[in-house]
Amino acid sequence: MASGAELIRKIKEQIEEVDPKEVHDLQANGNGNGNGRGPVIVDVREQHEFEASHLPGAVHVPRGHLESRIEGAVGSDRSKRVILYCASGQRSALAAHTLQELLGYEDVASMRGGITLWKDRGYDVEVPRALTPEQRERYSRHLLVPEVGLEGQMKLLDAKVLLLGAGGLGSPAALYLAAAGVGTLGIVDNDVVDLSNLQRQVAHSNDRIGVPKVDSAEISIHEINPDVKVEKYPVRLGADNIMEIAEGYDVIVDGLDNFPTRYLLNDASVRLQIPVVSASILGFEGQLSVFHPYEGPCYRCLYPTPPPAELAPSCGAAGVLGVLPGVMGLLQSVEVIKLVTGAGDTMAGRLLLYDALGTTFTELKVRRDPDCPICSRDPSEISDEEMGVFPDYEAFCAGAG
Amino acid sequence: MATIKIPPVLRSSVGGEKEVEASGSDVRDVLRDLASQHPETESQLFSEDGELNRYVNVYLNDEDVRVLDGLDTSVSDGDTVVILPAMAGGSR
Repeated sequence: MASGAELIRKIKEQIEEVDPKEVHDLQANGNGNGNGRGPVIVDVREQHEFEASHLPGAVHVPRGHLESRIEGAVGSDRSKRVILYCASGQRSALAAHTLQELLGYEDVASMRGGITLWKDRGYDVEVPRALTPEQRERYSRHLLVPEVGLEGQMKLLDAKVLLLGAGGLGSPAALYLAAAGVGTLGIVDNDVVDLSNLQRQVAHSNDRIGVPKVDSAEISIHEINPDVKVEKYPVRLGADNIMEIAEGYDVIVDGLDNFPTRYLLNDASVRLQIPVVSASILGFEGQLSVFHPYEGPCYRCLYPTPPPAELAPSCGAAGVLGVLPGVMGLLQSVEVIKLVTGAGDTMAGRLLLYDALGTTFTELKVRRDPDCPICSRDPSEISDEEMGVFPDYEAFCAGAG
Repeated sequence: MATIKIPPVLRSSVGGEKEVEASGSDVRDVLRDLASQHPETESQLFSEDGELNRYVNVYLNDEDVRVLDGLDTSVSDGDTVVILPAMAGGSR
C-alpha cells in the first residue's frame, strides 16, 4: 500500500503543475478571473482559509465539495482552462487529478507551492471582508432573508445615509436605520429638543430637553448600535452649504418642513445624482415617494410650483397625530434599505398617500416631466443661482413670513 | 357621477368632507361642479384665466391628468378624481 506522500508524488506526475509566476502574469494581463478566454482560478481550501486571504479573483470551491460544486463555479465547458490552488500545492494536485480523471476536464493545472509560495514571491492577495462574530449575531435576522443576506448587510454597513431633520420623520428613520446597520448616518438639524417634540420625536428623551437634536439623536443611535458612525451638522440647510453636506452620501432622507428647502434639496440631489426618499405629513395624512435622479421623476416633476402659504400649513401650525411621522419615517427607512441593497421595487415614479383616520393607502403615478426645469438637463448645466428657486419664490417667502 | 377626493387643506372649504360626488363628462366639468357646490374651492383650484392652478395636481384614478388630456380628460361614471396640493410638513 502506498503512503500518502507517495500517492501525491505519483498524482503530481499525472497532472500539470504551473508556477505562481505564470498565474501572476496571467492576472497582470487581466486574464486570470475566468472572464473571456482566461482561465478560472479555483481555491480548493476550507472556508476559513479562503476568508483569511485568497488570490485576487479566485473562486472558492472547497475540495470536499469539488465534484458537486465545480460546474457552478467553472461552467459545464470541459475544455475551459482551470487552475487550482491550495495552501502548498498538495490538495490542489489531488483536486486537479479528480477533475481530469473523474470529471473529464481537459485543461486542468495545479499551482505549485500554493498560496504560500505565491505570498513568498510577494504577489498580492485579496483579504475578503467578513462580519465579526458580534455582527453575525446582531444582524442574524437580516442574514436569514435572502433579499438582504451577507451581501446586502455589507452594503448597509458601507452605506452613508443623510437624514435631513432629526424630528418627527427623522427620529424613527435614525433609530431603525441604525439598528439595521447603516454604517454612516449624517444628521442635519439646528434645533434643540423641546418638550412639545416628544409627542412624536422618539430619538429624543425627557432628560435631553434643551440639548441639540443632533447630539440627542446620536446618543439614541449609539444606544441601539454603537457601530454606526454619526456625522452631525447642527446647521440650517441652505444654498450655501447643501452641496458640501450632501456630497458623498448614497441616499438622502427628506423630512424637511418647508417648501423652499425641499426645492433646494431637489436641485442639489439632481446635481449630485443622489436618490431622495421623501415624505411629508399633515394632520392624519402622509405622502411618500422616492425621487431618483434621471431614473425617475424629481420633486419638481411632481410639484412644479408650491402652493401659496395659506394652502401650505406646517405641522407646527396645524398639528399632527404623533404616530403618523413614525409610520411615514419607517416607510422611508424601508425605501432606504431597498435603495442600498437593490432589493425589491422602490417608490420611484409612484406617490403613496396614507390616510390614518380611514386607514386607506392610495397610490398615484408620478411621471418624469420632459420639460422639467431641472432634471431634463445635464447635472453640470444646473447653476448655483438656479438652486432652490421657483417661479413665485419671492412672493412665497414673503407670504410665509 | 365621479368621486372627488379632497385633500386636508381643502376640507374646510367643503364642510369637512373627504370625498365629494360631482358630475361632468370631463375633468373640467367635474371640478366646475365641485366649485359650484362649494364656491370657496373655486379660487383654490382655478386661476383667473380658468386653468388649473399650477400648484394643484389632479389625477384621474391613479394617472396625472397632465399626461392625459389635462382638464379635457374625459371622466366616466365611477371614476375617482384626486386633488393633490404639495405638502411640506416634516421635521419640526
